[in-house]
Parts: sequence; structure tokens; C-alpha cells
Amino acid sequence: MKILSSDTHFDFMGKIKTAMTISGLVILVGLGSVALSGGLKYGIDFAGGTLIQLQFKTAPDIEVIRDGLKTIALGESTIQEFGSKRDILIRVQRSEEKLEAVGSKVRNSLSGKFNKDDITIARVEMVGPKVGRDLREKALLSILYAVIGIVIYISWRFELQYAIAAIIALAHDVLVTLGAFSILDKEFTLVVIAAFLAIIGYSLNDTIVVFDRIRENLRRRGKNTLVQTINASINQTLSRTLLTSGTTLMVVAALFFFGGEIIHDFSFALLVGVLVGTYSSIFIASTFLVYWDSRH
Amino acid sequence: MYRDLKWKIPLILAVVLGSVLLAYPLKEKISLGLDLQGGMHLLLEVKVEKAVEASLERLADDIKRDISDEDLEVDRIKATHDNRQVNVRMVDKLDLPPVKKVLDGYPFFSLVSEDSDGLGLVYQLSADHVTQIEQNAVSQGLETIRNRVDQFGVSEPTIQVQGEKRILVQLPGIKDSERAINLIGKTARLEFKLLDEEQSLDQALAGNVPEDSEILYQRVENKETGEVTKDPFLIKKRTVLTGETLTGAEVRFDSDFNEPYVSLTFNSVGAMIFQQVTRENIKKRLAIVLDDNVYSAPVIQDEIPGGRAQITGRFTSAEARDLAIVLRAGALPAPVVILENRTVGPSLGMDSIEKGIASIVYGGLLVIVFIAIYYKLSGVIAVTALFLNIVLLAGALAYFGAALTLPGIAGIILTVGMAIDANVLVFERIREEIRIGKTVRAAIDAGFSKAFRTIVDANITTFIAAVVLFQFGTGPIKGFAITLCIGIAASMFTAVFVSRTIFDATMNQKKLDKLSI
Repeated sequence: MKILSSDTHFDFMGKIKTAMTISGLVILVGLGSVALSGGLKYGIDFAGGTLIQLQFKTAPDIEVIRDGLKTIALGESTIQEFGSKRDILIRVQRSEEKLEAVGSKVRNSLSGKFNKDDITIARVEMVGPKVGRDLREKALLSILYAVIGIVIYISWRFELQYAIAAIIALAHDVLVTLGAFSILDKEFTLVVIAAFLAIIGYSLNDTIVVFDRIRENLRRRGKNTLVQTINASINQTLSRTLLTSGTTLMVVAALFFFGGEIIHDFSFALLVGVLVGTYSSIFIASTFLVYWDSRH
Repeated sequence: MYRDLKWKIPLILAVVLGSVLLAYPLKEKISLGLDLQGGMHLLLEVKVEKAVEASLERLADDIKRDISDEDLEVDRIKATHDNRQVNVRMVDKLDLPPVKKVLDGYPFFSLVSEDSDGLGLVYQLSADHVTQIEQNAVSQGLETIRNRVDQFGVSEPTIQVQGEKRILVQLPGIKDSERAINLIGKTARLEFKLLDEEQSLDQALAGNVPEDSEILYQRVENKETGEVTKDPFLIKKRTVLTGETLTGAEVRFDSDFNEPYVSLTFNSVGAMIFQQVTRENIKKRLAIVLDDNVYSAPVIQDEIPGGRAQITGRFTSAEARDLAIVLRAGALPAPVVILENRTVGPSLGMDSIEKGIASIVYGGLLVIVFIAIYYKLSGVIAVTALFLNIVLLAGALAYFGAALTLPGIAGIILTVGMAIDANVLVFERIREEIRIGKTVRAAIDAGFSKAFRTIVDANITTFIAAVVLFQFGTGPIKGFAITLCIGIAASMFTAVFVSRTIFDATMNQKKLDKLSI
């Protein structure tokens, strides 16, 4: 069985301008959204705060919960459904260093309005501002170190311009995913950063398979131009690129639809990242090689 | 023809068997992260400066006592916390040289200045000693918390120091997290202090607090409504007896009302002091203060010999039990604050496991069916390799004792998607080689060897990202990084080595003219 005829001759490099325009626009819209919403939306991991997930026996009225919370001074809080109508997520900006537990405080505040036994505290996450700052720093550093490590490896195995091209492609993927998060008003948490690192890994994986073929074909390119060689290489690896993206998308989609609410944003990031990563390994990464060649 | 098979097949079987042995039975061999089995992750910071302050006060007291023992008249001795200094003021200038001599007995104090009127000396606590106090506060705090957790009874707790003054506590499977927090985080500084009954409480509440007394409160919580009322007491600052002299604390039940109380036993020094204090203060009230909360303030009816006392207060039996535990384990040398608390209830953990497994099954099935249809018999070989990959992964997780977390399950799922990639790379290459007219055997050879370099390069970059993630990640993220790392390594083995061996073994059986790919 085949999804593509074995001998495709798509002129990918001829579509560079269109691809660059589309990518540029998408990234601009995404970054614009980040700017408009005043920066990235950090979850409690990075911003500090408290998260309480309550499980009700029957679907509660959010307004009633809001009224109940007013009786205790929690500061600014958001209340939302989490996956189902029975699961309620309360997020409070304040983080409590004292031993007095926020969870029971919240539950007590609702005791007049609901039967106390009908409410279970499913999850409490409290991150103090100090730890939030530490985690933010660690997350940024981890991405930085990963990128440095990868540049070194690719420069060693290939050449510098391949490393730069790969980094541009992965920056592209991360920026697009970042934009998607901002537009959909999703939060950045530790788990989402892990997804971003996985995207970085995946994007590179894809890019390198194409590069490997380009390198192989360049050795015996004869009279072909660089653009022709790149085109041929992308075509030769095309069915593999689509197949692997396909199988990866299948499992990530399974995670997205069946994995539950806690891992939802994580799988969303992967879903976007895999799609964009496939596109960028075809259109974006090689473009830089052509550009570099024209300058040298 | 394929002589390599003689060692390849046994090797593969050994690796697979080893993994199965390591990981079977799964329930016992693979530990679950806190997010899956439920539990509490608590990061505490020890307020080490409080330990330094307390130490400074104690030293100032010691110095005062030593100077008085020399029959010198002290004006006042004051510790200043900000710069960790002790200021000694004397009445007579002539007393300064002997005071200096007394201070020579305190090697971690150095003289920094003398007051211009010649009556005072300022001593500085050395930075080394401060560091030592801080380190002690953290290590003793750790021991105390470990003691309390052990007595509370939690299986496989993790309690360790992180950085300079942080303590990480992980309690898997804990049901009542708030109770655990109270148990772990309570400073449990037990003090016996006399009530100041000569002065008026009302006056003190109005703002005229006598110099050597303070107002402390008794918190009374109404169990039904959760309402808390606070009753004020005017209490002398001087502590007559502390919890340091305790040798035991047990829960007892009141014979009249069957209410729980905590019975205390003192060591001989404590018993002596307690007897003396009760003898000298009959008909006065003695407050039992825990972390600046008044628990009770009974009137001393008679001299109490034998070193026994009791703490009453409308406890539930769980509260009384916890109080007894913290008193037995001793006070924390310095208070702690919670920097981070992540608690997952057991039902949510179960839910996450079920959903994680559901995604593995659905995602895995999709991939398996697709690959088998797409590559036919070769696809079946790839699927076999994929299964072995998961078996190896389980074995490696068990071997490294790495906990499986929800992001870890996601890592496994991602591995399933990506492990197939290596086979896809090989198969596409084989197809290409067959198209240009190579024999089946030559095509398989060329396909594997040409794809191999690509597979290594592509996987190593992902591996680098995963290793960095492991280094920097915490908790559940580490779980993701681990499964990703192991998954990548295992996929190199299964997708390249194992599937190649299966191909070779098949070719060994019969000469193929056509490959089902």
C-alpha cells in the first residue's frame, strides 16, 4: 500500500515564497496575540498561586460557588469547569505559606450551600512565588541547554549551516505553537514546557531525516543545482515524513481525546507541534540552506 | 548463510526475558508517581534566621548568667537580631576587663566595638557559627520531620534536603493531606509559662502590655461550624519549662467524659523544675503554650512531683494522636513555611491511570492496524518490534526504579509513535532499493544500512532534548524525560536490531523472490 506514488516531483522550493508568507503571517498573528494579552499566560507553576480541583457528586452552579468563595478572603479567583460539569477548578492568585490549608477553607466556605460530603478535594497545587521564579528560570535554561546541545551535535555530524537551519525550523515550530497557545488563551505550565521540548526533539528528528538525504544526494548531484537536489531529497523522503507524522499524530490524538483533562494542554501542544514540525521540515529548514548557499 | 543469527536470536530472547522478569508483576515492580497513585509533594523552607535568633537570645542569656556569676553588676544585655550582635552594658567601668575575660569563653563571639562612655561592649557572632546554626536547623528539622512521618505511618516516604534550606517531603497515598501538613509543619515548641495575674488583662488589651508579659490567645474551634474564637491571656514572657525535657507523650482518655488528652512525662531535670514551679506557685495559673497558642491554663492546686502533666483541650482523638506524635518527635529547631504543595487525591490518580491506559490502547491499536495494512508482513515485523519496545521500556523503568507519572505515560505514547519511525525509514528505503531493481536480500541489506545513520542522527537529537529535560525537570516532568530517553534507546534496539534479525531469520528459512512490504 502507498499513500503517494513512488516517484513524486513536487516543486517544494518553488513554493518557498508562499510558505514564508504563510509562516510569517501565522507567527506575526501569534506574537501579536501574545503582545495584546500582555505577555504569555503563566500557570501557577511559573506565576505562583493555588489551584484547587473539586469533585462534586452532581453538577454544581458555578455562581453559587462564586458566592460561597466571597465569604473567605481569597483574593482574585477564577472558577471554571474542568473536563466535566462535576469537576470544578478554582484558581487563586495568592499562595499560602502558612499551614492553614486553603483546600478545607474553600470546602468549608461551600458547606452552607452544598452537602459537605458531596465535595471531594481531588487536587490541590500551591506554588509560592519563589518556587515559581525558580521553575521559570529552570524551564528557560532547559530549553536553552537543549538547543545548545543540539546545535553542537548537528554541527559535528553535518555542517554549521545545517545546524542553523535546524534551529530556525524549530524556532518556527515553537513560535507557531506559542502563538496557538496565546490565541486560545491556554496557560504555560511545567508540563507544557515538557511538551515544547518534545516538539523541539520531534521537529529536529524530522528535519534531520531530510537533511541526511540532502547530504547524501549532494555527494552525487552531478549537474543538478542545489535547489533541484533539495527538491529531489524532500520528494524522496516525503512518504516517510508523512507516514511518521501520521503515526505520531494518531497516538497524540489518542492522548488528546482520551488522556483526560490534566494532560490536555500537553497533548494539544504536541498536536500542533507535530503538524507544524512536519510542515517546517519540508518548507522552512531547507529554505535556509538555499539562502546560505546564495550568500557563500 | 546468516551465521550471526546464532548469537543474535539468543541475545534478543535474553534481553526480552530479562525485561519481563524485571517488570513482572507490573503492579509490584513499577512504582507510580504521586500524580497517579495520589499523594502529597511538599517543599518546605526552614526559616533558619529564626534558629539564629533563638540561638543568639540563648547565648545572651548564658552570657548574662556567666557575668552575674562573677558578681559583676550588669546594666543590661541585649541581642540585636539584624546584625547578630550582643550588646553588654555594665554599671561600673571597672567591670569591663573581667567581662571581656568571660566573653573569651565564647569563641564564636568577637569584640567589634566599645561604647564611647566606656560602659558597654558590642560582640559579633561569627559568620561561620551562623552558618553552622543554619545547617543544624535544616538537618535537625529533617530528622524531626522524618521522625514524625515515621510515627504517623506512611509507606515509602521521601524526605530530603534540597539546596541550602529547603526540605522536600513526598508522601505517597496519603489520604488526609491537611492533617499531614499540620503534623509535618508544626513547630511544636511547647512551653510552660505562668499567667501574669498581678496586672490587668483589660489594660493590656487596651495597649498597656507590661514589659515582661505578653498577650497570647487560646483558639477554640467550633467543630460543627468551623468558627474560631480567640480567648486572650496575659502571660509572663519567661518560660519556666520547655518541651525539651519531655521523655514521652501519649494519648489518654478522660475517665468521666471519655475525652482524649495528651499525657506528658518529663525527664528528671524537667520533673525537678516542674515540682519546684508548682510548689512555689500554688493557686496560680500555669499556661501550657504550644507555638504561641495557649492550650490550657489550669490553676495549680498542689505541688506536682513525679514529672507528669497533661494537655487538655477539646481534641478529636486524631488531633490528640497527632499532638502526641509531634511532642514525642520534638520541636522543629526553626519554623518552616510551605513553598510548594501538590496534592493529588487517590480517585483522581486512578482516573489518570485509566485515561492514560485508554490512550495507549487506542493510539497503539490505530498505529498497529495502520502499519500492518500499509507494510503487510513487514508491518507485522515492525509491530512485533514495537511490542518488544514496550516490554523493554517496562523492564528498564523497573530496573532504574523510575516512577511512572502521567507525563511518563505520555512519553510512552510518544515513543510508540516515534519508534515506528525507525521502521518506516528502513522500509521506505527497502522499497526504494527494490524499485531500482535490487534483489530482496540486497534491498534489505541496503535499506537497513542506509537508514541506520539517519535513524541514529534523528534519535540522538531527540535524546539530547530528553536528557536536558531530565536534568532540569522536577517530579512528573522527570517521568516524561525518563520514558522518552528509555523509549528512544529501546527503539534503536528493537526497530533496527530486532526487526533486522527477524528479516534475516525469515530469509534463512526460505529464499524469497518477493518481499511483503
